[in-house]
Amino acid sequence: MFFANPFKLKKLGVLGMNKRNVYCIGEHNSRKQYPMVDNKLKTKVVAQEVNIAVPQLLGTVCMQSDVRNIEKILEGLNGFVIKPAQGSGGKGILVIVDRKDDFFFKPSGEHVTFRDIRQHISNILSGLYSLGGKPDVAMIEQLVQFDPIFEKYSFEGVPDIRIILYKGFPSMAMLRCSTKESDGKANLHQGAVGVGIDMATGKALYAVQHNHPIDKHPDTGYDFSALQIPHWKEMLRLSARCYDMTHLGYLGVDIVLDKYLGPLILELNARPGLAIQIANKTGILTRFDMIDTATLNQSVEERVEYSIKYFSDTEHDKTSNIK
Amino acid sequence: MISRKYHAIAVATVIASIGLFLLYYKVQILGMPFMPDETKPVYRIEAKITFEGRNRPVHVSLALPDVEEGVHIISEDASSSGYGFTKAKTAQGVRAEWAKRRVTGPQTLYYTFELILHDISKVKNIEEKEQLPQESELLLDIPVGLQSAAKNLLKDVRWRSADPHSFTAQLIRDFSDKDPSQAVKILLAKSNISKQDMLYHMLRYEGLTVKKLNGLFLDDAHRNFHLIPLIEVLHKNKWQRYDLETGKIEKDKKFFVWRKGGHSIIDVTGAKNSKITFSVNKRHVPSRYLIDNKNIVKNSAILDFSLFTLPVSEQNAFRHMLLVPFGALMVVFLRVFVGIRTSGTFMPILIALAFMETTLVTGLIMFVLIVSIGLVIRSYLSTLNLLLVARISAVVIVVITIMSFMSILSFKLGIEEAMTITFFPMIILAWTIERMSILWEEEGAKEVLVQGGGSLFVAVCAYFVMSNPLIGHITFNFPEVLLILLGMIILMGRYSGYRLTELLRFKSFMD
Repeated sequence: MFFANPFKLKKLGVLGMNKRNVYCIGEHNSRKQYPMVDNKLKTKVVAQEVNIAVPQLLGTVCMQSDVRNIEKILEGLNGFVIKPAQGSGGKGILVIVDRKDDFFFKPSGEHVTFRDIRQHISNILSGLYSLGGKPDVAMIEQLVQFDPIFEKYSFEGVPDIRIILYKGFPSMAMLRCSTKESDGKANLHQGAVGVGIDMATGKALYAVQHNHPIDKHPDTGYDFSALQIPHWKEMLRLSARCYDMTHLGYLGVDIVLDKYLGPLILELNARPGLAIQIANKTGILTRFDMIDTATLNQSVEERVEYSIKYFSDTEHDKTSNIK
Repeated sequence: MISRKYHAIAVATVIASIGLFLLYYKVQILGMPFMPDETKPVYRIEAKITFEGRNRPVHVSLALPDVEEGVHIISEDASSSGYGFTKAKTAQGVRAEWAKRRVTGPQTLYYTFELILHDISKVKNIEEKEQLPQESELLLDIPVGLQSAAKNLLKDVRWRSADPHSFTAQLIRDFSDKDPSQAVKILLAKSNISKQDMLYHMLRYEGLTVKKLNGLFLDDAHRNFHLIPLIEVLHKNKWQRYDLETGKIEKDKKFFVWRKGGHSIIDVTGAKNSKITFSVNKRHVPSRYLIDNKNIVKNSAILDFSLFTLPVSEQNAFRHMLLVPFGALMVVFLRVFVGIRTSGTFMPILIALAFMETTLVTGLIMFVLIVSIGLVIRSYLSTLNLLLVARISAVVIVVITIMSFMSILSFKLGIEEAMTITFFPMIILAWTIERMSILWEEEGAKEVLVQGGGSLFVAVCAYFVMSNPLIGHITFNFPEVLLILLGMIILMGRYSGYRLTELLRFKSFMD
């Protein structure tokens, strides 16, 4: 059949774009909180205030005239990331993994010079990567030394874990692995692989690329079934704490795993997408409905336990049985 | 959550029912026809006189048309606040006269007719007893030095023609040629006579029975234009009209004669910068309503508040504006129910409006051409690394350049359709180019094609809805339909089901 049967999708609890906009975002996300999420610099400051682990901020460039001083900021740094504070969809992120004198190396092995870096920062400041072309701020962040466990599953990019929270309950998770096709980016519609993650164990459930199920990473060839995300419970706790920080009822939390520092919050998203359902082969609405019936005002620990208890499954229909 | 949903549904229902009730009232109680084919066209001609007062008494005199056979005036109205108004019969025919003591600043006076036409072809065959022997013409109005040039030209034309009709057509062609002959150039440049008078005298010299006419073409809506001069020639008991630019006028073209002969159309004393322009629009009114009571409009509060009470030029502006909600409905529908991605939410409506002026195929070709050329140039601009506002402004200039270049080129090639390119909204085009080029850099050419194609698809759908004559008729005659649309759009805004494209996207759930 060419089209999915909408009634069956509804029965499976698949969340559609209209429902996401009207109910999830419209009803649960207050516009007032958006700047805290959309501006990564603000997110970082607030997160640090409440001791949520984030990649360390090494410096910011706010004005075109400061671009000249970039040598000073980068002095003695070998690996760092330059990103726009209000960028979206991974645009405008420059990752430097190594440095030899005045040559900086990107993960692909290409090198750039100070001139290129200044140019890139200048582009960020003039709003090339921000929504609506607003003037922006460039952030220079510590490079995440990503955990070798992910090396097998990622091509030239940091894989990140996206957890969707509904009213503060971690509801669904996926690992996003960049591929050659996605050009090191972790966006599913650009060809990255999405791996559904079991909420209780952190084990991989399914992997999809372009909405089609796959077993192995297309570039590295490793089988996803062996994948188990370390520090899983800590990640759930970290994500649940982001709700207390933002009070956004429908929130996407992006987490990276640092070899030395453990899970770090990379960014938050007030309008997380729906592809996570395909990677999990599960409609997210059944879980939202369960959360709606759960008691509110639970602590972080209680919410995480709830998710581990009820959202752990590999079968679609098991969740509805528990109900 | 639930209550908000019902709130929205309630609001939408109330709004839509008000619209439906007004519609019902107009159709059933007032007898306005819902379908356009039960009607007769009513033409509304509006003369707009503007001038600037100089703190002196002002007297304005406007020549009113002698009503021809076949034309039936159903109402006329002079709107002029604070002016004394009379209709006077003078030696030059009926004139409308306004007067006021002490006028300062810019002033506007309107004179409006509403008329219907009887079957033109029948009227045309009516014998007119106007074959009076006319005084012989000696070309006295033409400067002496030019008379021989005129005579030579006539002789030349006589050779190239067979009868009065072909003679007139040939002479007009000589005068309106893009590259006129030497004789015509001299005649037009050196005599102080208008083209209409020149032709009039020359044709009379040739012994033809000729009349000068000034008037308006009734079909297609026009705003703020001037009277069109014509020449009418009698041959074999039939009058044939000639346009001074294009020659012979087909009989089925409806032309309203405002003025016959050479009297001045407007005299203004005591003011400066006086100007007169005309607007025409056409609407459809049921025939029985015309017979029963020409003024139902005046007697009903609802209709008295309708768009028909506006000056004609504003009515014509609303004709287009009222179609926009239908385009918006289409955009909402395709976004919410189908899930087509477009570049810029309402860009497709503006493109569709442009298509209505350019016609669909030409519009599509021109749009694709402008955007592709623009993308190529924009890709060069991106290497210059400009600030955003400067870059968009540069693209705007590029778009205007492309548009003018395409107009010139197509004019040279004789493709008249491409001249309508100016109807494209250039700022929107510039933003489209900018957005698409960013999309290209970030997401690749495929996404550009998806979104560009999506935008064009939505624009074409909106075009078909907006150019539908039935919809045009209904929105203009029943603007309360907008309330129904508003209700529908509010309801759609609460639709939370799946989009058609999502049924494809989530297909893997079916396995």
